[in-house]
Amino acid sequence: MTRLTGGVIDHETALRFTFNGKTYSGRKGDTLASALLANGVQLVGRSFKYHRPRGVLSAGSEEPNALVTLRGGAREEPNTRATVTELFDGLRARSQNHVGPLHRDFMAVNDLLSPLFASGFYYKTFMWPRAFWEKLYEPLIRHAAGLGRLSGEADPDAYDKGFLHCDLLVIGGGAAGLSAALGAGRAGVKVILADEDFQFGGRLLAETHQLDGMPATSWVTAVMAELAGLENVRVMPRTTVFGTYDHGIYGAVERVSDHLSAADGAVRQTLWRITAKRSILAAGATERHIPFPNNDRPGIMLAGAMRAYANRWAASPTRHPSDPVIIFTNNDDGHRTATDLLAKGVPVSAVVDPRSDAPTFGDYELITGVVDDTKGRLGLTSVRVTQNGQSRWMPCGALGVSGGWNPNVHLSSHHRSKPVWDDALLAFVPGKDLPNGMIVAGAAVGQGTTVKALRSGVEAAVSSLAALGIAAEPIDLPDADDTAAAQTAFWHVSRKGRAWVDFQNDVTVKDIVLAHQENMRPVEHLKRWTTLGMATDQGKTSNISALAVMAELTGKSLPETGTTIFRPPYTGVTLSVLGGGDTGKHFRPTRYTPTHQWSASQGATFVEVGAWLRAQYFVQPGETHWRQSVDREVLAVRSGVGLCDVTTLGKIDVQGPDAAEFLNRIYCNMMGTLAVGRVRYGVMLREDGHAYDDGTCARLSENHFVVTTTTANAAIVYRNMEFARQCLWPELNVSLISTTDAWAQIAVAGPNSRTLLSRVVDGFDLSNEVFPFMACAELTVCGGLRARLFRISFSGELAYEIAVPARYGNALLERLAQVGADLGATPYGTEALGVMRIEKGHAAGSELNGQTTAQMLSLGRMVSEKKDSIGAVMSRREGLAQDKRRLVGFSPIDKSEAIVAGSHLFTQGETRNTTTDQGWITSAAYSPHVGSSIAIGFLEEGDARMGEVVIAANPLEGREVRVEVVSPHFVDPEGGRLRD
Amino acid sequence: MLIPHPLLGLRDAQEFTYLGDASLLNRPDASSPDAAVAFFDYVYLRDNPAGVHRELWFHEQGDRSWLIVTRNTLTHEILNAELACESAVKSEVLA
Repeated sequence: MTRLTGGVIDHETALRFTFNGKTYSGRKGDTLASALLANGVQLVGRSFKYHRPRGVLSAGSEEPNALVTLRGGAREEPNTRATVTELFDGLRARSQNHVGPLHRDFMAVNDLLSPLFASGFYYKTFMWPRAFWEKLYEPLIRHAAGLGRLSGEADPDAYDKGFLHCDLLVIGGGAAGLSAALGAGRAGVKVILADEDFQFGGRLLAETHQLDGMPATSWVTAVMAELAGLENVRVMPRTTVFGTYDHGIYGAVERVSDHLSAADGAVRQTLWRITAKRSILAAGATERHIPFPNNDRPGIMLAGAMRAYANRWAASPTRHPSDPVIIFTNNDDGHRTATDLLAKGVPVSAVVDPRSDAPTFGDYELITGVVDDTKGRLGLTSVRVTQNGQSRWMPCGALGVSGGWNPNVHLSSHHRSKPVWDDALLAFVPGKDLPNGMIVAGAAVGQGTTVKALRSGVEAAVSSLAALGIAAEPIDLPDADDTAAAQTAFWHVSRKGRAWVDFQNDVTVKDIVLAHQENMRPVEHLKRWTTLGMATDQGKTSNISALAVMAELTGKSLPETGTTIFRPPYTGVTLSVLGGGDTGKHFRPTRYTPTHQWSASQGATFVEVGAWLRAQYFVQPGETHWRQSVDREVLAVRSGVGLCDVTTLGKIDVQGPDAAEFLNRIYCNMMGTLAVGRVRYGVMLREDGHAYDDGTCARLSENHFVVTTTTANAAIVYRNMEFARQCLWPELNVSLISTTDAWAQIAVAGPNSRTLLSRVVDGFDLSNEVFPFMACAELTVCGGLRARLFRISFSGELAYEIAVPARYGNALLERLAQVGADLGATPYGTEALGVMRIEKGHAAGSELNGQTTAQMLSLGRMVSEKKDSIGAVMSRREGLAQDKRRLVGFSPIDKSEAIVAGSHLFTQGETRNTTTDQGWITSAAYSPHVGSSIAIGFLEEGDARMGEVVIAANPLEGREVRVEVVSPHFVDPEGGRLRD
Repeated sequence: MLIPHPLLGLRDAQEFTYLGDASLLNRPDASSPDAAVAFFDYVYLRDNPAGVHRELWFHEQGDRSWLIVTRNTLTHEILNAELACESAVKSEVLA
């Protein structure tokens, strides 16, 4: 045990957890990383490429090494940073990326073969022989690559998403964030304060600085208590603001119950979309390390992280209490680690500092030199210190490294604002053109001393409120330390041996030198060639150091070398929370038809049609195959009467004095001349001349039309009609209403349909003379229910469609089935509907696929020459007008063979390729009326090839069918039935 | 993104359907002798400026009005939003 005293953990509350199957005890307030360190566990994982033993490097979300898999089963969560995992009782964790036990990884052979795995190795090696790539190399590499593995099971937990609005969003709850939130909170504006940590305070928790002569934690506690009492302030711990989006919108993930042993069904994480008028980025800074040979051993840690573990979590970085610690730093800040550790009783044998003028702050040996090698494969045992050309090995249990601090500018750069180099700070700070409304404060803008951080937070709050027109008084701040840590640029130790820059992707200084040799010098090339900064940590601890090495090699300055572009997310976001619970059935809404309930009671099988669930067919007792049900339904319609819910077809009410003129311009055919009480078939074109939708248009009165669309295009047709009304012809006096959901519509089709309808209409004359084919009327049914009746037919039989207010749809269908029982009234679904429209040669979605023209549909003459309409001009252009493909029918020569939709058509005896392609089958079905498979499709000059036998080839399944070209009207080609 | 709807105030861009260049308002005259060429330009040729762009957005999940939004495509700054029907009438009056 290397647990120290003090800190902000609850020493009285022990939490049990397991790591690689072994049980340990931690304390409330620990992270998994601090608990492991307090148990003397340094080795926590293996590196990505070389399988090098690794330990905890940092104390925050920048962690590249300590990635573990949490939990198990379907809740297994790979690649989780132990440094930000809040410990709870019963936590189960295991290390990743090794074959065999962690301390004896069989894949560690990669480390011995490291010369083979230099940057660019894959690109150069696995090029040859070419055929090996897919079968051998890629599977091998894929097997070896990757860190943790997914469970492969569906995530069983609940996730949520929500929207928040505020005047001021404060990102980060350290010194700057807390003073900003307090300043703005006291002024009464709506504030959200978010921090990724479970405790507010940031570095104030990790340092020993005092505020007003008291421990900083006392001030933090007081501020949090005051903020909790302010109704206008929302405090959000465990909330990572991961991205800056347009117009003051921020993405955030709140880990609601990740830290609980038993969530009891609570939402695990919530995705927040925060709209903020102003924002203050107080995200602090990330310490950088100094690359030197073998700098990646367990026990080598950032110096600031060591302070955090000792001061906040009372955990020593060594395996044994007596092991001494050595510090390697290029700045005064590193020396503070030595004094803080000594104050906690941790032995510190030396501070190694390359600066000749380095000061001493405490009772430790100061060595002016560098650390340039280490020993201890599974845990650090000694380091080699070189001073004035003299080297010596010094035993130690941990090494703290500090190379300075990089402000966390990420969220200020998500809109492509480029950070600028600050020579005094030796770091990139936020540049110009920050996201609208954002001010950066504290260490994130280089104001890193406690006093400067507190003050810049308050100033940012005052400025933010001033921009909102609110005058706020600066709040009183506690007295604090204002000593800037002196530092000298020192980027890496140049010695033989591998010096790691990016720990997570195993990129060394050598790799950067190689990239330079290969002329991969621009930062974007460097990154892709070496994979630097492309791991899950996005190079938070490595990018700037790598740039510095490249700058040294090219002889350019760091700002000239540039910086990579920052993109969201700041840290990894799980796909589950991005889904926000909208998965499976909840992925999109389900639209039920008005008759869903009755259809279900009649044995309907439902099918998704767009967002709708429609009855596909109705299985009756004794039917074991869907074809039996469909064939029965088709024959019932053709011999008696069938009932089908057609509500899903789009309905658009068009009203106004200019409605007729408007529809003339929308449909390619003449519609304005339609008589009141009549229906006409219409085709709509896109402006590029292709057909895109068809349907009926009914004129209920002089200034009132009802347009129907296909189910799939209901929304698009309405959108386009509104575009025409508002954008093209606003001078026309016409109004549009989408009434698809308002009216339930039922097709009543078959020779007995008139008789059946006569039993529900209220004294309405349905005779052919009064209400002929293509008539429409408003009437009442069932004793006073208002309805609309259209005599239209999709099936080719005598047929009607009757519409009633949606809430009566279910009752009407039930009534029709009831009163028509003796007439053979049979409900039918979309399958029978489809069979009958193919038998009749009617176009549907497969024919109106956006690439076909009215001419191809044999409807070319419908495009009126007498008027302009959408798409009319372009439909006559070269290429479209000359297209000779026509919609025709196909009948198999061998009646037992089935034609498959999607088959391509070829002339008999012709070789088959794209140039000899004659067209394709669009729709096919078994026709119980014909007694064989039938199809329709587009064929070159199809209308002139009746009787010819062609090949319908289906090379995908290695099948072909000889088919005869026939009329697409397989049933009643003269159309006598529907006019009776 | 947030779009300042002239009638409804700031609305989330997710409520809208995007169409494109507002030049689609200027549908050519089908009766003119060069109609074929004019329609080809209208349907297929559009500027794609890096900078200020007038474009059409449909408030499909809202009041179903078509808006002309002037947006800087480099910064997503929205400079103006107006009802397309008013703009269309205006340009006709001007013509």
